[in-house]
Amino acid sequence: MSYSDADAHHGDHDHHGPAPGLMRWVTTTNHKDIGTLYLWFSLIMFFIGGGMALIIRAELWAPGIQIVDPMFFNSMTTMHAIVMIFGVVMPAFVGLANWMIPMMLGAPDMALPRLNNWSFWIMPFAFTIMLSTLFMDSGGPAGGWTMYPPLVLQMGDSFAYVIFAIHFMGISSVMGSINIVATIFNMRAPGMTLMQMPMFVWTWLITAFLLIATIPVFAGAVTMLLTDRFFETSFFSAAGGGDPVMYQHIFWFFGHPEVYILILPAFGIISHIIPTFSRKQLFGYDSMVYATASIAFLSFIVWAHHMFTTGMPLAAELFFMFSTMMISVPTGVKVFNWVSTMWRGSMTFETPMLFAIGFVIMFTIGGLSGLMLAITPADIQYHDTYFVVAHFHYVLVPGAIYSLMAACYFWIPKWTGNMYDEKLGRMHFWISTIFVNVLFFPMHFVGLAGMPRRIPDYSLQFADWNAIATIGAFGFGFSQLMFVYIIFKCIKGGEKATGEVWEGARGLEWTVDSPAPYHTFEDSPTITPETITR
Amino acid sequence: MSAATDGYYIPHEAKWPIVGSIGLFITFMGLGSWLNGSGAGQMAFYLGLAIMVFMLFGWFGTVVKESVGGTYNGQVDISFRMCMMWFIFSEVMFFGAFFGALFYARQFSGPWLGGEGAGGADVTNAVLWAGHNYVWPSDGPANVGGGFQQMGWFGLPLINTLLLLTSGFTCTVAHHAIQADDRKKMVRWLGATVALGFIFVLCQAVEYYEAYAHLGLKMSSGIYGSTFFMLTGFHGFHVCMGAIMLAVVMLRGMKGHFSAKNHFAFEAAAWYWHFVDVVWLGLFVFVYLF
Repeated sequence: MSYSDADAHHGDHDHHGPAPGLMRWVTTTNHKDIGTLYLWFSLIMFFIGGGMALIIRAELWAPGIQIVDPMFFNSMTTMHAIVMIFGVVMPAFVGLANWMIPMMLGAPDMALPRLNNWSFWIMPFAFTIMLSTLFMDSGGPAGGWTMYPPLVLQMGDSFAYVIFAIHFMGISSVMGSINIVATIFNMRAPGMTLMQMPMFVWTWLITAFLLIATIPVFAGAVTMLLTDRFFETSFFSAAGGGDPVMYQHIFWFFGHPEVYILILPAFGIISHIIPTFSRKQLFGYDSMVYATASIAFLSFIVWAHHMFTTGMPLAAELFFMFSTMMISVPTGVKVFNWVSTMWRGSMTFETPMLFAIGFVIMFTIGGLSGLMLAITPADIQYHDTYFVVAHFHYVLVPGAIYSLMAACYFWIPKWTGNMYDEKLGRMHFWISTIFVNVLFFPMHFVGLAGMPRRIPDYSLQFADWNAIATIGAFGFGFSQLMFVYIIFKCIKGGEKATGEVWEGARGLEWTVDSPAPYHTFEDSPTITPETITR
Repeated sequence: MSAATDGYYIPHEAKWPIVGSIGLFITFMGLGSWLNGSGAGQMAFYLGLAIMVFMLFGWFGTVVKESVGGTYNGQVDISFRMCMMWFIFSEVMFFGAFFGALFYARQFSGPWLGGEGAGGADVTNAVLWAGHNYVWPSDGPANVGGGFQQMGWFGLPLINTLLLLTSGFTCTVAHHAIQADDRKKMVRWLGATVALGFIFVLCQAVEYYEAYAHLGLKMSSGIYGSTFFMLTGFHGFHVCMGAIMLAVVMLRGMKGHFSAKNHFAFEAAAWYWHFVDVVWLGLFVFVYLF
């Protein structure tokens, strides 16, 4: 990059808009541009991962092998998980963080804008490697996204590429998180204390900490897989004194905080939407912050509840059972606070609020089935059945994904300056909500009856509920095209949004125009009681 | 912490990140196909690395020019500091995974393979490896890798410990020197630090040679060889990185870049160096001593 005095001046204070042409998106350092890139990326990946889910459900439409061979089915379940976790939910939350955190804090941009650009521009390359494995002779990874040895070590040539794709994504996540932490600690408008920060910022601060702490552990785990495969080490081989179960411990030390990485920002989003449409302050702000921190702390000491059937010592099984159940306390605090926020509020039910209420109800269903799974003796029955699939899809689809939908409807007027089509938005919510329950609720039944997960065939008695779930899957999948249509329609035009957008909405992001100017808060805003969300 | 902004600096049109992404892409794709036995993959790997080095020179060069040009303010400085601190924290967690593997293998899976433990933990021994007696250092019940001797702590490892501890001291002397605006003294002591770092790496190379040539200790020597080479290998790699960082700082010091007030690059490299130092102490205690 050439450097001159003009550039320095340029950087200091400029009021012009984005650079022209396509290179704008490649070289941008603007947090709004990068947020937009992340959000489009995750929307595209959402349909790729969703397509894989539909292949899975089509195969499970009836017993017997229908349309794909079992190996490909296995690589679909594996890739569906990798794409949805690392390619959809995480980048979408990072995109929202990029767009909203600087505006919520009254900051001009993220703390490290160039690093921010790199964090995004790693993702398309990393997923090119990951998805390219599907087209290699040996096929994509098919041993499940958790990649347990020794099974994963028996993979074909694509193994090394999968490992490196994970390293690649990890670099992006860690850099993005470091940037978010630095932004939150260093870039708040003068006078904004930590306990005055909006909940979305708080939840992201804690999420970023979880990411920085656990992604490197995951990188270490897959590095050991790599050396076991190519350099004759014995980390996960009992013959050499290692232990395959050791991989599971290291993996889930990352994996369990990871599931909170996928849900804590969602908690933050819901904590903005429910107060806005209840026209009240968030009930129990302090307890929300402490509950989030408690969940993050507990997430580090519950990992082995994913491994109750591996034959751990009894003391470990008991410890992990009780520590897991303890998580329901701070989570319960959160649900209680959301409901109490609505209590006697003058509520209206615009699309973001519908998705938020849907989130609270259906996430709680997923939470309660999680409590069932936490009970060690019961889990030995439920382990690796469709009950587990039902559980985590309830917390991730009508949980994390619904929070993302809610966030898009809530903030898109601020992004585009136009209101979305409210009627279509509500239709999108109701159709999605009906189909998502048709899709996932029957999985509880077949799971409790013993249907194993990750198997392309099943016993005859599960046929009816599986057919119903498949109908729900196609209904839910295709109804998301409505979401894309609503977004495009909103970008092209629509009723002009005011700066405040939602009546009585609080927070600095609502004090700027809609659409938000390319550069916001070049001069720090003044913090007043009206601009603080708590 | 939210200091008043005296005009926040926003850099424009970052061109290096996309170069870095392409470089990493080629590196990883190349390494992947190299591991699968492709010669072209090896070439691609080196090409990717070259692009990465080019990117690092370009990117850091830009930042150095901007810093020396006085573009940054106190807030940018704090952002850089936080970035480095959290990066080091992520590195700590990375090593944590390998230390975790070492502790788990020694405390749990090893004794269980030897028949200790109850409630099912001892089943593998009874069914698969009856008669296996577990002692650390272990290459497992199948004695994979063909027999080895343990790396002692006394000779080279102890010298290496002293080398690194001394380098931590010289690094601190250099820091005090730049705080007193004595750039020449800083460069001298930094030179000593870098030299000690590279001597450490050299000793480590000799130690690896000894392990392979005389002790029969290889990466394939069961869990002992695996953890030994993984931990010391990644540590050695980090020492190289840290020494290169310090060398760059030294060269910049020779060019007259730092002042008593403005020497963040020095401090970042020094923090990293101390981190590498502390990891070594953990290694010395848990890999060599006990």
